[in-house]
Amino acid sequence: MKDRPHVQDFDWTLLAIVFTISGLGVLEIYSSTHASPMVGMQWKQLMWIAAGIAGMFVISRIDYHTLLDQAPALYVFGVAMLLIVLVIGHSRFGAKRWVSLGGLAYFQVSELMKLIIIIVLARYFSEVRTDRMALLDLVKVGVLTLIPVGLILIQPDLGTAMVLVPVALVGAFIAGIEWKHWAAGVLVIALMIPFGWNMRHHLKPYQQQRIQTFLHPEENPRGAGYQILQSEIAVGSGGFWGKGFGKGSQNQLGFVPVRYSDFILAALAEEQGFIGVCVVLLLYLGLILRLVDNAQKAKDRAGVYVVMGVTAILGFHVLVNASMVIGYVPVTGIPLPLMSYGGSATAFVFLALGLVMNVRMRRFVN
Amino acid sequence: MARWTVNDQKIPQGRLALISYGSVGLVILLLIGFWKLQVVQSGHFADLAERNRVRSIPIIAPRGAMLDREGRILVDSFPSFSILLLRDEPKAIEKALPQIEEGLGISKGDLQQQLDSAKNEPKFQPVVIKPAASLADIAFVESHRADIPVLELMMVQRRRYPHGSQLASAIGYVGEVSAQQLEESDGRYRPGDIVGKAGLERQYNETLEGTDGMRRVVVNSLGKVMRTLDNVEAIPGKPIQLTIDYDLQAIAENDMADKEGSVVAMDARTGEVLAILSRPTFDPNDFAVRIPTEEWQSLNTDPETPLLNRSIQAQLAPGSVFKIVMATAMLESKAIPESMTAFCPGYATFYGRMFKCHVFGKTAGHGVVDFHKAIVQSCDVYFYNVGKLLGIDRISYYANALGLGHRTGIDLPSEEPGLVPSEEWVERVFHRKWYAGETISVAVGQGAVTTTPIQLARMIAGVASGGTLVEPHLLKNFQNPHAEHFAISEDTVEKVTQGMYGVVNEGGTAAGAKLQNIEFCGKSGSAQVIGYDVRNRLGRQREFKDNAWFVGYAPRRNPEIVVAVLVQGGEHGGAVAGPIARDIVKAYYDKKNARSQQQANAEPEGQPSASRAVVATVGAQQP
Repeated sequence: MKDRPHVQDFDWTLLAIVFTISGLGVLEIYSSTHASPMVGMQWKQLMWIAAGIAGMFVISRIDYHTLLDQAPALYVFGVAMLLIVLVIGHSRFGAKRWVSLGGLAYFQVSELMKLIIIIVLARYFSEVRTDRMALLDLVKVGVLTLIPVGLILIQPDLGTAMVLVPVALVGAFIAGIEWKHWAAGVLVIALMIPFGWNMRHHLKPYQQQRIQTFLHPEENPRGAGYQILQSEIAVGSGGFWGKGFGKGSQNQLGFVPVRYSDFILAALAEEQGFIGVCVVLLLYLGLILRLVDNAQKAKDRAGVYVVMGVTAILGFHVLVNASMVIGYVPVTGIPLPLMSYGGSATAFVFLALGLVMNVRMRRFVN
Repeated sequence: MARWTVNDQKIPQGRLALISYGSVGLVILLLIGFWKLQVVQSGHFADLAERNRVRSIPIIAPRGAMLDREGRILVDSFPSFSILLLRDEPKAIEKALPQIEEGLGISKGDLQQQLDSAKNEPKFQPVVIKPAASLADIAFVESHRADIPVLELMMVQRRRYPHGSQLASAIGYVGEVSAQQLEESDGRYRPGDIVGKAGLERQYNETLEGTDGMRRVVVNSLGKVMRTLDNVEAIPGKPIQLTIDYDLQAIAENDMADKEGSVVAMDARTGEVLAILSRPTFDPNDFAVRIPTEEWQSLNTDPETPLLNRSIQAQLAPGSVFKIVMATAMLESKAIPESMTAFCPGYATFYGRMFKCHVFGKTAGHGVVDFHKAIVQSCDVYFYNVGKLLGIDRISYYANALGLGHRTGIDLPSEEPGLVPSEEWVERVFHRKWYAGETISVAVGQGAVTTTPIQLARMIAGVASGGTLVEPHLLKNFQNPHAEHFAISEDTVEKVTQGMYGVVNEGGTAAGAKLQNIEFCGKSGSAQVIGYDVRNRLGRQREFKDNAWFVGYAPRRNPEIVVAVLVQGGEHGGAVAGPIARDIVKAYYDKKNARSQQQANAEPEGQPSASRAVVATVGAQQP
């Protein structure tokens, strides 16, 4: 048994998958933007990836137990940041999500909150000793999760807010949630749906529109239904083999909305076809399975919860983003991890993977 | 080691494995979703993508010109620019509004209103903020391309009527295709297309309009054209040459400048219309862009009906001009001896009612009147007697045979047939018997009989040419003009035309219209608009002044030119309408004489000009 974690203990298979996906993302970002005013975006993305990798190494050096020790402080810090961003945050696209990093870049605080919620919930679930969770524990998990969710909803950022929920759900599943609590939860949600429907008038206009658009995309093809329809057209017209790199008309002529970011899978589906989509989705499946494998090999439950928290968020991102691109769920602004262009999001993924490496490196250490 | 990490080495492997299986399942579901779009429905989406990408831009074909018989332009088209406001970038528009307001002289309110009304249109569709840009406007847009990127110029073909309202009633106008025409066109027209709406513009629309071209371009999501796929050039509309002689038209326009009514001048041998006008009228240039709603309303509701083409649509009592029908009927039917005379004391009584002659109250009447004098002096009493002896059905037969009561077939839309009453007509329409007294009114062109100016021109020319009723037309190479033949005996033609010669040349009712060296003949008429009884009851003299008619022609036999003039409210046919017809006939002969003079002059010069041509050819052969 080694007594020190080493870089050699990184999960290089996992990283190979990660780099392949990132590479495909960079290529598709290039294809989507090379003939537009946003030319050169792929370099920025590469820069973010490089920064993320550096962050991954840093975070892997700090023992996750140490991080979990600091969970209460991190939680308070995260919630405070969310409050601050609401007050002094920088508005872009009608939502207060960003804080300025010394005028150089803007950082999306909610991305940081994703990391914090992984650590906080891992810590909480680790303290549940039995294989059955008590109702009170569940309620506590719920409260811990819903406070940041609520704060992010106010920004408003429905997508990121939703992303926190699977961390709690997957954690609860592993911790051993009783079937009657599942049933109760499902019942509560079922009861909330009509209530939520009545509350829809309190949603922001853009959120109302997204719901309308999702329910009736064909009603206003040039308006709100535009994004979903154009995305479906891009995907569908790609066919089995795709139109070829840089040759997708929907992509190149700008019909696919934010084709370099949230809808990058639509751009890829158009140019690389069903074959390309298969490759990408199977890579993501490989990523998820490899993450679960890491959880299974973790030294302790704390490690399992950390790795599965990361898995829950990444898996949820992929599932919701891919479903959105083919019109199965409304447009929520959830990017495809590692492929979509975006500084904070890319940084988050690598930092989260840093946590995974952290756990893996210490599986033999005592 | 912290307190919370104690004794938790037991990993829930089963639940983690379940999550793995769940992930595989979800990815399979996603792949099925992609399969549906990319394989099952890929054709449908490929179509949609193509429709997104490719836009078809029509290239409007210019409409064909209209020329007069000597090739002078009466109507043409010219390229004009519309100024478009691109709506892709609301911020840029916001910024440019003050500049646009100042540079193009469009108020901010107007601009905002136009933007608001287009709010629901797709964003890539620009709005037209100025349909007919002036040179200064174009210069403004061109010079501000860099700092006002939201303005764009679009070339369109616009209709131009250089002579304004002259000839307008015959030419008609163009306008945007109506919903009904769109439906009937079977996809040939698109909304907003310009088509002929009235007059010749409508009659010869298919010849004039040409075929629009089409440019297919690749556009991006903002509607910006990236490149051209292919280009089908527009085929310009064909020009049409009219039979109109603009010189004669201009004289008619000038003479009628301050009058209401109609003038039709026609080549009596061929039916070629040399001049045609209706007053009051409109300026078709007003319709060429887009007529403002209020203006259209006022044109339509104007009591003087400027949109009516009186030459073919005004169905009015012909008055004494109708006596030519009566005279012809009298001689041809042989129901009355040619030698019949009547005594005119200024009135006559039939069926217990008094019928006045037009000289009633002015002179002691025409005295003893024979056939010739009856025409020359337009004696009503004589023709009352003729009418009574002929009966309505004989009158009706000859009127119909001379082209009244049905359309002449002129190549203009919406010609009216006029009306020739008969016993059968009264029974069919009013379900009553014909009153014999009505025949007396009809005999002098009053009562139920109505005609259009073009019908009268054709009728007079027909009688003078021995019964050939030409088909009036405005198109120079009109295919197969269809002439009706109604044989009139030589004797009748001679006697009736002698009468019409006398009207002008023997101190008749149009003695003032006499011309030197030209056998100018004709018949005047002063027709009541409504019956005297009604007029007296209403007591409004001004509104119902008699319509003045004169239909003149020359020469006396086998005429070359016939001119029908109607001056509404002109009262005295011979004195008011006659001179207008005379001016046109004179101009016709002046031109004709000048032409033969020229030819005569050219003849002796033929030799030198031919040798000049030879010299030129020889010159060209030299190195």
